[in-house]
Amino acid sequence: MTALAARTRGAAADWLLRNHIWLFLALAVAVFSMASPYFLTVNNLSNVLTQAAFIGILAVGMTMVMINGEIDLSVGATLALASALAIGLQPAIGVWPAVFAGFLSGVALGALNGTLVALSGMHSFIVTLGGLIGIRGLVFVYTGEQALMIEDFAYTEIPEVYLGPLSLTALIFLALAALFQWVLTGTRHGRETYAVGDNIAAAHDAGIRIKRHKIINFTICGALAAIAGILLSMRLGTAEPNAGRIWELWTIIAVVLGGTRLAGGYGSMWMTVGGVLTLAVLRNGLRLLNTPNYVELMVMGSVLILALGLDRVLAARKGAA
Amino acid sequence: MTIDWQQALRRHGLIAAFGLFLAVVAVGADGFLTLGNILDVLRQVSITGTIALGVTFVVVTGRLDLSVGSMLTLLTVIVVDQHNVVGPVGAVALTLLAGLAIGAVNGVLVGLLRLNALIVTLAMLSLLQGVTLWYSGGSNVNVAGAGETWFAVFGRGTLFGVPVPVLIFLGGAVVASFFLKRTEFGRAVHAVGGNETASRFSGIATARTVAAAYVVSGLATAIAAIIMGSRVMGAQNTIGQGYELTVLAGIILGGTSLMGGSGSIWRTVIGITMLGFIQNGLLLLGYEYYVQWLVSWVVIIAAVWLDLAAKRGRVLA
Amino acid sequence: MTDTVLSVSGITKTFPGVRALDDVSFDVRAGEVHALMGENGAGKSTLMKVLAGLYKPDAGTITLRGKPVTITSPLVAREKGILLIHQELSLSPELSVAENIYLGAWPTNALGMLNKRKLRADAQRALDALGCDFGPGTRVGTLSIARQQMVEIARSQAFNADVVIFDEPTASLTDGERRQLFATIARLKAAGVGIVYISHKMDEIFEITDRITVLRDGQVQGTRVTADTDLAGITRMMIGRDLASYFHRAREDFRDEVLRVEGLSRAGLFTRVDLSVRAGEVLGLYGLVGAGRSELVETIFGLRRADAGRLVWKGQEIPFPTPRQAVDLGMALVPESRKEQGLVLGMGGRENVTLPHLASFSRGGVMDRGRERQVFDKYRDILDIKTTGPEQPVEKLSGGNQQKFVLAKWLCAEPALIILDEPTRGIDVGSKSAIHELIAKLAEDGLAVIVISSEMPEVLGVSHRILTMTEGRISGSFTGDGMTEQALIDAVSQPARRAVQENTA
Repeated sequence: MTALAARTRGAAADWLLRNHIWLFLALAVAVFSMASPYFLTVNNLSNVLTQAAFIGILAVGMTMVMINGEIDLSVGATLALASALAIGLQPAIGVWPAVFAGFLSGVALGALNGTLVALSGMHSFIVTLGGLIGIRGLVFVYTGEQALMIEDFAYTEIPEVYLGPLSLTALIFLALAALFQWVLTGTRHGRETYAVGDNIAAAHDAGIRIKRHKIINFTICGALAAIAGILLSMRLGTAEPNAGRIWELWTIIAVVLGGTRLAGGYGSMWMTVGGVLTLAVLRNGLRLLNTPNYVELMVMGSVLILALGLDRVLAARKGAA
Repeated sequence: MTIDWQQALRRHGLIAAFGLFLAVVAVGADGFLTLGNILDVLRQVSITGTIALGVTFVVVTGRLDLSVGSMLTLLTVIVVDQHNVVGPVGAVALTLLAGLAIGAVNGVLVGLLRLNALIVTLAMLSLLQGVTLWYSGGSNVNVAGAGETWFAVFGRGTLFGVPVPVLIFLGGAVVASFFLKRTEFGRAVHAVGGNETASRFSGIATARTVAAAYVVSGLATAIAAIIMGSRVMGAQNTIGQGYELTVLAGIILGGTSLMGGSGSIWRTVIGITMLGFIQNGLLLLGYEYYVQWLVSWVVIIAAVWLDLAAKRGRVLA
Repeated sequence: MTDTVLSVSGITKTFPGVRALDDVSFDVRAGEVHALMGENGAGKSTLMKVLAGLYKPDAGTITLRGKPVTITSPLVAREKGILLIHQELSLSPELSVAENIYLGAWPTNALGMLNKRKLRADAQRALDALGCDFGPGTRVGTLSIARQQMVEIARSQAFNADVVIFDEPTASLTDGERRQLFATIARLKAAGVGIVYISHKMDEIFEITDRITVLRDGQVQGTRVTADTDLAGITRMMIGRDLASYFHRAREDFRDEVLRVEGLSRAGLFTRVDLSVRAGEVLGLYGLVGAGRSELVETIFGLRRADAGRLVWKGQEIPFPTPRQAVDLGMALVPESRKEQGLVLGMGGRENVTLPHLASFSRGGVMDRGRERQVFDKYRDILDIKTTGPEQPVEKLSGGNQQKFVLAKWLCAEPALIILDEPTRGIDVGSKSAIHELIAKLAEDGLAVIVISSEMPEVLGVSHRILTMTEGRISGSFTGDGMTEQALIDAVSQPARRAVQENTA
């Protein structure tokens, strides 16, 4: 093979490696558009985007943490706590202070996770596994096992703002994705986040403040989980103590599906948006086709394994080219 | 003779802390350390514990298995449903086979194809949930003639005053510990987790060892499903949800490292049992059941941090 | 005008059990390329790490441009003007060239935003100063190794380094890339940078360096002007002791051929390798770092796949084995890196020793600890291994004792062929000698032995016959009187690179 051909093959593999999620998404959209007349309507797509936004916001935070080389299993529980506080504190301190308190709880828990990981040197899997269990406990302690309900239903009107087909929730998701993509590409924190996940020894030798970056990224993740929780409470008008269960796992699936690597140092917000959208489209499309619930779950699982395999094959191909 | 505090803390710190905890609760709550209560706690943790016996093998090779919760659900549904179709013996046999098969699938993906364990078993979590829904048609299943079938013995029977689930759990622990500590396979599991490259260079079939660990995990989950199905005499589609995390929490609490290469069945038993006693003790002290989660959070972080600190000789990283 | 840029005086560094550096002093002048040479374990790597801020010396002073400095971290080293070009590049593949050059020192504004324009412009300047042909925005992961190296070298421009240390820089470079590197080094010279050049490769040393300092066993043996010395002089300084003290050659009593390899090839690693070894024979495989020797034996042992070739074991052609099959046939491989490939550090000596042969120490699948214990005791005595017991984790032992366990683990199954890859690397002199004696004894006991070594005196001292390997090919075969330092050096310095490249395209 000539040098040029080898370089081209390498470049193609590289592009595919970074952008394969868009091919998946395009494929999924194409398939469902043909299979169901209801799919490619503005109304439907708008709904899909809104529904995707919740996992999406969680995924934005998870992406920051993952590129840094860590993981956060507590986002589902943090979401539930923020949701509960945002509704539960309203009678006492009013709507927006309660919302703010919910937001702060996410910030505080994220900072706690980050500090524990940075100071103790423990693997974030263990620290946030503890968080997942314990924060859920906090939720139950606060709500007393009952779903909290809003008193003034004006609260549920808040997210009912639309810019064309995009709901406020969807807009917030996209805005956050854009904001943090900018952080990842344009700020020192973002670029050093990559450096730490990519080659921690080189980062350490260059004097990069590794602990600080970890604490910041976990705080971001917690804050975003809180935002998702608040938006969820606005949408539903209730806060269930079991809200967000298993959502952390779906968030991880979405992020990895998009192409960001668990090992760290590689990925982007756009990949994550792609992963989140693909997941949402798959769900929506299958539902429109009235396929039974189980197909959705099986397809999701299979797609993830395929994506993993593809990533493995492409990375090997690129290395050899 | 100087005492190596680091070593001592690492080897016995867990037991000491546990003992302290038991003592504190015993003082505060009546009936805590009675035989009846202890057996009750063990019975409650026997399902999680049995699964954890299998997952321990996977963790010692340095990997994870997050599919066990969904596996538990599916296998419980199978055993309950098949009980009405082929009878208890057939149902048990089928369930065990199914557990081995699912474990084998995990084993091939993670062990032979070397895909990332966390992601693969997450994907299986989803896939198996789907299979459960398909198999059950979305509805709950129940054991027909729950009053008369001998199938009840697994989840509800007692032998010499000890609940059968406890016998299965502890008996399983004895067998599992033997396999992990004393056999070629167990040695290979430790070696692969300790240094996979060196194991390969020593002629150990590392891919097969990892795959086998997942098969063990599947088998253990199948046994747990039989206990569960027998106890509940029915199964909903969410019955196993969340078990994967409790199992991992128990293994971690017991002191087995997620990095692989170290760990033991008895550590897992202690870790799982500790979680059970935390729940039970708090309940006896009058707290709601969810308070145990808060306590577990603190306990897990403290235990792992202490272990890490003892290993590296200083508290902060 | 010979300005001293760097002066190192009385540096001593001790690790538990080993004095890595002993009163080392040398200096580097502006615009000079000063070679640092020595066998493996002589202390070059330790000295380099002291200069780069990775180790703190126990004693001694470091002076930069006349001012004494204390280098507490790589960051401080960079600030003071010392740059280390690592053998394993210290770069972040996902980041751009500019970001890597200025890693940790990116220009930002108050908001934390990266000033990309400035970063790019500064990086471009550094790249231009070296004549690089790639841009500052390129993602480093997409660059070739040679170009990645240039990115690291560009840091010297970015941070105005007065001293640049190169650690085995040409290990993974092609001929053309090497030329470019030398051109870059010439540029640095002209700009007045003091360069420390660490390399095994004699031809390079004599081509581009001005002075040579030789280390041996942590001590400076001498500093010479390159033009005024020759290969023999340098070699004498590096080896120092009588070749006789390395002499542990087994008496010649060759029996049947145990292993023969014909036409073994693997793209990018080695081509058309033929070798054979008999029972009772010690075959040395000499070559420079990167020649492909480890990869070759790993392929024979089944750890890597071959593209072509045949294996003949004890007279019968066999298909390429898996490692398990290789072990069962009677092959043994003592690998290059004992910590990464040879031992499970968390396990004790007993468990490590029996690892390749679990079936021999078990009954019906159950391990027989008594028998394991016996084997442990036996080899602890034979090899004189210092350990507190069969369960003491081997990570606590010294390098020499660890290596002995690796040997024990293979010897206990009485193999027919044992391959030793750099068996005495990083080991103290006393243990080295013991291992050489052991090698001779193994041959006399009837094993076929292959020893891979980059240490000339070692390979000359223990081998009956030596094959040299250069860039993936067997470049020479020497025995008897033909086995001399000069012959070996000539053989490995051949420019064989082009040929290998053609075969792998």
